[in-house]
Amino acid sequence: MKLLSVSRLTKSFGGLTAVNSVSFDVQPDTVVGLIGPNGAGKTTVFNLITGIYRADQGEILFKDQSIVNFPTHRIISQGIARTFQTIRLFQNLSALENVLAGCHSQMKSGVLGSLFHTPRQRREEKMALEEAMEALAFVGLDSNALQMARNLSYGKQRLLEIARALATKPSLIILDEPAGGMNEHETWQLVALIGKMKERGITVLLIEHDMSLVMRVCENIVVLEYGSKIAEGPPQEIKTDPRVIQAYLGVEEDD
Amino acid sequence: MIQYKTIALIITTGILAVLPQFLNPYWVDVLNNIGIYAILGLSLNIIVGHTGLFNLGHASFFAVGAYTAAILNTQYEIPVLWLIPVCGLSAGLFALIVARPIIHLRGDYLCIVTIGVNEIVRIALINNVFGLTGGSNGIFGIDRPNVFGMTLRTPMEFYYLILAFGAVTIFLFRQLEYSRFGRALNYLREDETAAQGSGINTAHYKLAAFVVGAVWAGMVGNIYAAKMTIISPESFTFWESVIIFVIVILGGSGSIPGVILGAVLVVGLPELFRDLANARMLVFGAAMVGMMIFRTQGLLPQRPRKYTLPQGRRNGEGGE
Ligand SMILES: Nc1ncnc2c1ncn2[C@@H]1O[C@H](COP(=O)(O)OP(=O)(O)O)[C@@H](O)[C@H]1O
Ligand SMILES: [Mg+2]
Repeated sequence: MKLLSVSRLTKSFGGLTAVNSVSFDVQPDTVVGLIGPNGAGKTTVFNLITGIYRADQGEILFKDQSIVNFPTHRIISQGIARTFQTIRLFQNLSALENVLAGCHSQMKSGVLGSLFHTPRQRREEKMALEEAMEALAFVGLDSNALQMARNLSYGKQRLLEIARALATKPSLIILDEPAGGMNEHETWQLVALIGKMKERGITVLLIEHDMSLVMRVCENIVVLEYGSKIAEGPPQEIKTDPRVIQAYLGVEEDD
Repeated sequence: MIQYKTIALIITTGILAVLPQFLNPYWVDVLNNIGIYAILGLSLNIIVGHTGLFNLGHASFFAVGAYTAAILNTQYEIPVLWLIPVCGLSAGLFALIVARPIIHLRGDYLCIVTIGVNEIVRIALINNVFGLTGGSNGIFGIDRPNVFGMTLRTPMEFYYLILAFGAVTIFLFRQLEYSRFGRALNYLREDETAAQGSGINTAHYKLAAFVVGAVWAGMVGNIYAAKMTIISPESFTFWESVIIFVIVILGGSGSIPGVILGAVLVVGLPELFRDLANARMLVFGAAMVGMMIFRTQGLLPQRPRKYTLPQGRRNGEGGE
């Protein structure tokens, strides 16, 4: 059974085809890497999966249901969570409130419950607070709960984004360059964290430039170049694939 | 900290409760105006301050509420204060209808359209739409409101009505701030894409913010109609919207104390310096320019929400 299935996904910006008929599957309980040179279209694929961009063509199935071009919040509530390549936290709000944003889709209170603080609303709010603290503890940020997001170090901001994503209770989390801007120690923590997510039964799809990280954590790798998929397979195969080596070294075709 | 806050609240309430006893009716009426604008400011604050949607047509929602009260009271003799919920609903419904098609517009475009809505409403009222609004003369002969068998006539009697309505508003809006709904509005203001990416239906909350703000403005419209007993399109011009907007921005977007301070300054100060009344616009303009340069978040900006962390996780409580 596949958790996520992308087929013939295509997206152009003006004359530029950023994603060109890309297909790949993500099996449940695996860690999958999406790699490729800068501008290959990786982030665009993520934006298409999460409904931030509308696909020109193609199909995206999640748990066997089409989610292509659904509004983002619906995709999230179906169980896909994401982080952004350029950190997009609510910078002027506390770490806790950032994570509470992730809890939103798990809650129900509407405007009346919120105005009158009904017993149900209070119970739900208490639960959400605990869930949020739990997510912060999971990434190791529980002691930073009441700090403003903007006062956290770059590495911690990345972790906070992951905590916010986890608070939506996803079955698939997609991480766009999660190690970007992290030091070596933080990158190690991230690797451990990805392992912990997997243990929890969360499937991980990630974009990453740090090849050693990708090779270490991913069971399957999809390689994009100029918007098209050029290779797919386990790390050992990808490492030795001549097309991938060519793409990364920028060797000329007629070489 | 809690102690100090409770004491401050008790003292403020005490002062506000006895204040009109020491003032002549003219000054009590000034306080009433401040109160009405403060509540209007608080209602606009939901839209502008919390959600970050620039609405320069808030007076149109106020107008819908006031005219609903005036028409239903004069035509069907329904006691005016009973109509408060009806006025809220009609203004909310109006907001839903006008905001729905424009809610996806980017900030500046949305702002321009709200100005247009305000003008359309004002002109429609002048043109006596449906033969109900009385044209440019407006509607007169609205009944005096009756509270527990007492008819409200003097400014002082209205003072207590407005004070009570203001207190309820502050209480409820504070609860709203500390809720899933209130946070969602702030997420959307901070970063719409990130809010969507966290699972928030941003289009829904933008619309909801407009509706909640409009419902409250509509209810204030009722109280205004009851206080004036005569209303006309002049009271609901674009300029009124600007004043309410300035109250929010000057006082502090997203901050209840800020908006109240804004109302005191914008409505109260010109009364204190009547000689300078002609220079009022100049002073406002200068104040706004100064604000935009030195203190963009307003005089009393929104403070971070406080949370009591679950037991066993109390590190760093109360920090920023
Ligand atoms: N919103 C956009 N508008 C125009 N061009 C875009 C947009 N988003 C991405 N692109 C273009 O699409 C291509 C792929 O970008 P992206 O998916 O960000 O690459 P990657 O994440 O692999 O580095 C790039 O050439 C980029 O300039
Ligand atoms: Mg990218």
